[in-house]
Amino acid sequence: MKKVKAVSLNGTAVIVALITLFPVLWMISTAFKPSQEIYSQTPDLWPQHPTFGNFSTVIGGQASGIGTVFLFFRNSIAVALATVLIASLLSLLAAVAVARFRFRFRASFLIMLLIVQMIPGQALIIALFLDFAGLNLIQNLLGLVVVYSAQALPVSIWMLRNFVATVPKELEEAAAIDGASAPRVFWRILFPLVAPGLVATSIFAFITAYNEFIVALTFLGQSHSLYTLPIYVTYFFGRGGAEWGPIMAASTLYTIPVMIFFLVVRRRLVGGLVAGAVKG
Amino acid sequence: MERQAGLFLPDRAIGRTGLAPARLAAFVRRHRLAPYLLLAPALAGIGLVLLWPLAQVVVYSFQNYGLPQVTGAEPTQWVGLANFTQTFTDPEFWLSLRITVLFALIAVPLTLVVGTLVGLLLNRLGPKMAAFVSTSALLAWSVPPVAASVLFYWLFNPDGGLVDWTLARMPHWLVGNTDWAGFNWTTSDALHAYTVLLILVVWQAFPFIAVAVLAGLKTVPAELYEAARVDGAGPVSVFRRITYPLLKPIFLVLLLFSVIWDFNIFTQTYFITGFPGNRDEFNLSLYIYDKAFQFPPSYSLGGALALIFTLILLVVTVGYVRAAIRQGALT
Repeated sequence: MKKVKAVSLNGTAVIVALITLFPVLWMISTAFKPSQEIYSQTPDLWPQHPTFGNFSTVIGGQASGIGTVFLFFRNSIAVALATVLIASLLSLLAAVAVARFRFRFRASFLIMLLIVQMIPGQALIIALFLDFAGLNLIQNLLGLVVVYSAQALPVSIWMLRNFVATVPKELEEAAAIDGASAPRVFWRILFPLVAPGLVATSIFAFITAYNEFIVALTFLGQSHSLYTLPIYVTYFFGRGGAEWGPIMAASTLYTIPVMIFFLVVRRRLVGGLVAGAVKG
Repeated sequence: MERQAGLFLPDRAIGRTGLAPARLAAFVRRHRLAPYLLLAPALAGIGLVLLWPLAQVVVYSFQNYGLPQVTGAEPTQWVGLANFTQTFTDPEFWLSLRITVLFALIAVPLTLVVGTLVGLLLNRLGPKMAAFVSTSALLAWSVPPVAASVLFYWLFNPDGGLVDWTLARMPHWLVGNTDWAGFNWTTSDALHAYTVLLILVVWQAFPFIAVAVLAGLKTVPAELYEAARVDGAGPVSVFRRITYPLLKPIFLVLLLFSVIWDFNIFTQTYFITGFPGNRDEFNLSLYIYDKAFQFPPSYSLGGALALIFTLILLVVTVGYVRAAIRQGALT
């Protein structure tokens, strides 16, 4: 009876895992298929004659007609890294304020973060577009960095606040008594101890920026050379002609960095997200 | 020494001798300004990029703000509630609202149920099998929304897509009498397009739910389950009597998040409905975007819609804030 239960449990697990994985496998499999296999009357799960042809047209830039995939990688990574730097710095400062000090408006500030986090991007995009157009920040990667950094702040502050709160205050006080200045206490004591929290918020900010669609779509317009990866894939997809091999190759390349990130930080990510949602 | 000397020097000289920072620090300490200074940069960012645009949108929604007003060719005028009455008399608005609400009503419970079941499954598996399932879920979760949408468009494509190919080879008693070969899921009607979207959304969102539920399950003391087993409780009553009450806070947050996500959904609907092609498949997000940016752009109509949209979501947000306060998140 116990064995039957174990088999059915593990059997269910295998089925769940395969169904979950299948679309990802299909994306990668299509990316490696030559076009006669992609449109075959009897599609195979795995490419019979695997080819790098789809990847080489994506890298060569012929497939999309607007440039090599590396250009869009560079744009996406630059925007995401700048977002990580700004969001991490600002949210760490704010997290120290709410975790270490009692001041007026503290509760209001925290409630404001919760509410702001819920404002839909579609509601803001109209005014953001007009404001940033006036500042010459549309068709400009800096404009994306500014929006993404601000969008990452509410959740980042909530996540980091919990990390700062776990650092014993006595540690800082002891250092201060020993004559360390406030910046020194910050860099030597607090910073190393909240580093794991910064990793978590950095990954959150990176993925927010790397995945973002609606702002980039609206801001970048026809400036092909500034496209981030999602807008590049969108352009490619919308051009028609349905070249599924190269599109899946581009999607695969776009997905891989996030996959690696997720696998590296699997535990911390979820803990951080849940902690960010509600204090545990 | 220096500090004393400073008393006799004019203000400018203090700046030059490097005393200004010390005085500034004293000023900050005396007035307890440190937390405000630390908050200022983040507050400026949130204020300028998130709160100010929202205020502007509210203003636009009572004006006639479009391309001629942006270029200055025509003056901006206050039009009262005209944008709202125009919205409420547009059948497309009501259709998109109906689609949005119906989709959320189906997608939210389905995502939560699937995610919770997988979370419960993960909790009962051995370490190796649990790692296998959670890694699969993690990989699915990691696919960016744009890549996932394009991928599902391809899976459900009438021309070479795997789903049509499979359905066409299945017996009619199982899959109905539709001619599945070459069936176009995305342009046929809203029902089929949103069936694809339902599968896509559940596939993308259940891993987060599953892992969050699992994290909650790990905090439940094992003795509780043992005691229940000794008392002869079945899996359903264990969930109802032990798991659900203990994980209620997590479930509440996951519910609120799912409602927001599924209500807001833009990227996936943009691709699967083939924006801006099929107007009868718009959800509220696509409808707003269409009004605001498709030619001729009406920022005012878009603004009125954005305001309506935000007010609807505010109901959910209030629930979220109350849940956070009740759990002592503000202390």
